[in-house]
Formats: sequence, structure tokens, C-alpha cells
Amino acid sequence: MAKFDLTDDSVVVVIGSGAGGGTLSNELAQKGINVVCLEAGGRYENSDFINDEWDSFAQLAWADMRTTSGSWRVAKDFPNLPAWIVKAVGGSTTHWAGASLRFQDHEWKARTTYGDVKGAALIDWPIDGAEMAPWYAKAEDKMGTTGTNGIPRLPGNNNFKVLHAGATKIGYKEVHTGNMSINSQPRDDRTSCHQLGFCFQGCKMGAKWSTLYTEIPKGEQTGHLEVRPNSQVLQIEHNAKGKVTGVVYADKEGKLQRQAARLIAVAGNSIESPRLLLNSHSTMFPDGLANGSGHVGKHYMRHTTGSVYAVFDKPVHMYRGTTMAGIVKDEARFDPTRGFVGGYEMETLSLGVPFMAAFLNPGAWGRDFTWFLDRYDHMAGLWIVGEDMPQESNRITLSPDKKDAFGMPVANVHFDDHPNDVAMRTHAYKQGAAIYDAVGALKTFATPPYPSTHNLGSNRMSEKPADGVVNKWGQTHEVKNLFVSDGSQFTSGASENPTLTIVALAIRQAHHVAELMAKNEV
Amino acid sequence: MRIIDKVTRVDRRGFLKTTAGAAAIAAIAPATSGSALAGPLSTVSADGAATLVKMARDIYPHDRLADSFYRTAVTTIDADVVASKSATLLSDGVKALDEAAQKLKGTRYVDIADESDRLAALRTIEGSAFFAKMRGSLVTALYNQKELWPKLGYEGSSFDKGGYIERGFNDIDWL
Repeated sequence: MAKFDLTDDSVVVVIGSGAGGGTLSNELAQKGINVVCLEAGGRYENSDFINDEWDSFAQLAWADMRTTSGSWRVAKDFPNLPAWIVKAVGGSTTHWAGASLRFQDHEWKARTTYGDVKGAALIDWPIDGAEMAPWYAKAEDKMGTTGTNGIPRLPGNNNFKVLHAGATKIGYKEVHTGNMSINSQPRDDRTSCHQLGFCFQGCKMGAKWSTLYTEIPKGEQTGHLEVRPNSQVLQIEHNAKGKVTGVVYADKEGKLQRQAARLIAVAGNSIESPRLLLNSHSTMFPDGLANGSGHVGKHYMRHTTGSVYAVFDKPVHMYRGTTMAGIVKDEARFDPTRGFVGGYEMETLSLGVPFMAAFLNPGAWGRDFTWFLDRYDHMAGLWIVGEDMPQESNRITLSPDKKDAFGMPVANVHFDDHPNDVAMRTHAYKQGAAIYDAVGALKTFATPPYPSTHNLGSNRMSEKPADGVVNKWGQTHEVKNLFVSDGSQFTSGASENPTLTIVALAIRQAHHVAELMAKNEV
Repeated sequence: MRIIDKVTRVDRRGFLKTTAGAAAIAAIAPATSGSALAGPLSTVSADGAATLVKMARDIYPHDRLADSFYRTAVTTIDADVVASKSATLLSDGVKALDEAAQKLKGTRYVDIADESDRLAALRTIEGSAFFAKMRGSLVTALYNQKELWPKLGYEGSSFDKGGYIERGFNDIDWL
């Protein structure tokens, strides 16, 4: 395993080890480029994962202080937990559900397709479906996505069977167990899914793709990747020419270290990445690094989400088996006659009793609430994932008064729904309930969005430097050797779960970075 | 389908069939006193603790659950309060709740027989820090008790049992 010097300024420093950072690190290492990957969280292996919701949350979740504002309900119910994401090697690929969907072609061109949506700051991506197709193919092969590369889809669990019966009864056509990066048969030296039902808690079988036990060890085996866990980057430094030169990070003892770098890629997810750029302000970059256009932190998106849970008179046991292997795709289309632009997916979802109590209807009490929990084993559930509108005022800013353990301002997450988001969610709640009513639900319940799992857009990609933070390669418009490699580069959210696109972009970015380095352009 | 037995049963020889022994005893003989279910806690008297247990049940009522689950939850919250700087939060809260009960029904909260009358008293303090602490903490103090999960039909950890691949992940038979 490689070990690089703190003063080695020939290395690429990647900040974060999740879908973006973990993939980029391995891809660069495979090309013989030396990489130091700094991960804020600890390193846990599959055997360390815990089949217990709160214990696992304590192990993996990013629980450091954040603040919230805006009219979203999360700000009231979970004021210091705007997002449910991970602080550990592997990042949120330890926690993700595995759903791996390509964007639809029109979603790359949101502004062109949707037109001028009032109050939305829509622009087109500077790339399109044709450009991304080969990178998607590489990502699907890497991740072993079911329904691609001849890999069979996963078997449907009870929760899926209820969804399927209801959805087909009301006329939905595209209903199946999805494109999941969870092995339906052994592949890539990993076993197949044993239907544990704890996808969110880290897959103890290793059947679900995570950078933790794919990209990272593969990269380490090349001798070109050093992963440093418990290393939280506080600031990115630059020289008089405006090129970044290294990072200051707190190591596992809390001691500050400085790692030199030839090139830096930020992949700390859409809250920490802009926070880091903003916290890296200097005389030359008074508003934060790469923030000349003022867009760092803006246009934060979280997908229009929500859940529908239904209770039946007979048992379901929705918690048994792969959590998200079930999808209805019919509503993902673009069809403004429904009263909104963009589309949404409906995907199976379940929570255990501890999380159901916390998230079904936060703050509720009394028999109306316990009626559902008393029938927990008779519940089925789905999650709505829809495209939300980017808005300039939905943004990550630095807290004026709250600081982290190292004295750095924490992130504030401000979010208000756009009227299009509300119209879409209302439609989706109705359709979700109709699915379950069609197979005899006694009652359905519309659960509000959970703390965000899909955090996007806060360093968005744009053709013109004036419209965003990074160009079509994820390279910041302002600093040549500074890249963004996570979901914060999303120009628009599309209706699909974002991980596959993040991975595809990272593979593509690695290819480009290697070319630039070979040509000595960075 | 493989179904979870949510009800605690006792076999003919009187042996408890579940591991939640205390819970079962309480379910069968709720009037039994002198068990771990009674007595004072760190920040409240025995009477105060009984009020909190009743209040906890009224907030998250599950008729299937024995008082022991609520007592365990209240004990957890009491320990939490000890560790914080608000050691009188619960005792002051019980006092306020009893005052509300006196005003409405002329008796202490625990002595109000009718659940809807107790809820009326509870609603008068719904905006208090005491109520917020009790309700908010109960979410984990009550529902994160592993012994409680099967009573709601949840099986908890599955890795140690080989997952559900051979244990009913797709055994639904009524669709």
C-alpha cells in the first residue's frame, strides 16, 4: 500500500471517498497517478456494520453540527440534521440503497425542455445523453447494475409484490425490481444479496456496491492510492498564481497537517464541498475558492421526495429483503399536463420500527400515530424521487456563529419548496396511495421528506463561468487545478437516484484529468 | 407466510414463552406492585414516576404493550435528565400536569380513569418543554427497545440468521 509524503506536491488530493471521490481515486490510481484520498470519517469493514438502525446511524452518519433554515419541514423536525449522509470511508455508498438509473435524455437539457419556469434557476447541462452513454456503460459494468450487462434483476420481496400488484392494477406498465447495483448473482468477487433488509446500514454481505470494498481496495492494490481515514480537510490553500497547492486537514488526533498537491478534487457531498470552498476564502478569493461567480453553495437540490405507507388487513413484512428493489417508472416522463415539469420515480422503501417511529410523522403522537405502528408488519411502503427545481435561494452558507471542533464555521442549509416541487409531491402522494388502494389498503399515510439523502447542485456545472462553479469536466471555472467530483456539480437533479451519474461523471473526469496531467496542462 | 407472533403467551405450566419476562408478567398482572415497575427514579418520586409512565402510554398508546416498556422508557429519560442541567424538568412537569388534571377533573392525572379526559389534560401542556422532552425522547427510549420490536411485528437484526433469503422475504400469499 502506498504512503506519500506530506510535502509531495506531485500527488492528486481527493477529498472524500464516496461515489465521486472513491471512484475518482481508484480510476486515477489505475492510470498510475498517485493519489492521497482524505476521508473525514473512520474506516469500517463489512463485518463492522450493524443490523440495528440507531446503532448503525451512530456508527456511520455525518452527525457533526449543521444548521437549517427555510420553510421545509426538516428544519423544524430535525434542525441539526438536514441530511442523512455518511462520514466513513466509502461515504454514502455505504448507506445508499443501490438504485442505479440513467438520466433520460431530455433531463440533461432541463431549461430547454421545461422552458422558463418562474422562480427556478434552470440551465442546461453542458453535456448530454450521447456524451454520457459510454461512461454510464462503464459505471454499470463497474457496479454490477442489474438489468444491464446481462445481469438478472433481483427477485422481488413482499414489499415489491404489493407495489407491483397495485401499480399494474391501476395501469402502470414499467414496474420491476429496478436497476440495482446489488449483486443478484456473485460477481466481482462479491457474493449475491441474501435479502437482509439492512441496505441503509451498510451491506454486511458486500453484495451492494460500495467504494469501501470495491474501488478503494482496488486502488490501494495498484500502489498508487493512499487513503487516510479520520482526516477532515479544513481549508484548501493556493499560491500567488491562483493555483491550489495543498490542503490543511485535522488528522485522527485532531492535529493539523498540511498535504501538498498538484491537483485537488473535492468530493465531500453537496453540503461539505461548498462549505469547504467557502471556508477556503483568502485575500485573492475573498468570497471563497472558485466562487468568483458567486454560485458556490447556491442551487442546492434535494429531490422532491416523500413516502407513502399503506396498512393492509393481512401481513406484508416489508422490511424483509432488499430495501429498494422495486420501481414504478411511468411517472418519470416529461408531461406538463400533470401540472408540473420534470418527473418522479416511485421506489419501494421500508424502515424498521425504530426509524418508522422517528420518521413516519415527526412530532405526531396519540392513537392516530400508534395505529400505524401497531400494524407495522402489515405495512407496505414506497419512496418518491422526483426532480426539484434549482433555486438560487436554496443554498449552503457558512453559519455566522456556529463552529465545528476545529473552529471552522459549520454549514447552514436553507431550503424552500418551489411550487413545482409541491405540485409534483401532491401528485405523487395521490398516485402512491392509489397504488395501494387498488390492492385493498385499509389506510395510507403520506410521510413528509426525510432528512436529505440526495444532496445536489451546490457547485453546479455550467457552460458559462457566470452561470455556475465548474465546467463540463467538473473543473472549476476559476481555478485550473481544482475539481469538484460529487453530486454538487449537478446542473439539475433529474428524477433518478444520483449515484450512477456521480460514478459515471467521476470515471469520465479521471480520464480527462489524466489527459490534462499528461499534457502538463494542470 | 411466516408470521411474527405479536402477543405474549404463557403455556399451561406457567412458563413464559417469550424472553421479555418482566413484560409478560406485567401484562398478565398489571396490578402487581413491589416489582421493578414501581418506586422513585433519580429526579421524580414514586408517584411522579407512575404519572410519567401513564403519560408515556397516553402519548404512544399500544394496548399490546405492558407497562414495563413505558417504565423502561421513562427510566431512560430520567437518566438523560440527570445528565443534563434540567434536573427538575420532570418533577416540575408532573406537577404542572397534575395541576391541569385537578383543574379539569378535580383529581391527579393518574387517577383520571378515562383516557380521553387524560388527553384533554395532556393537551393543555402540549406546548411545554416538559411535554416536548417526554414525546421527543420516547421516540427512541420506547421504540428502540429490542424486546418491544416483535410486539409490533418487527424482527430486528437478520444477518445473524442468514438474512431473509430462506426466511420469507417473498412469501406473501394473499395478493
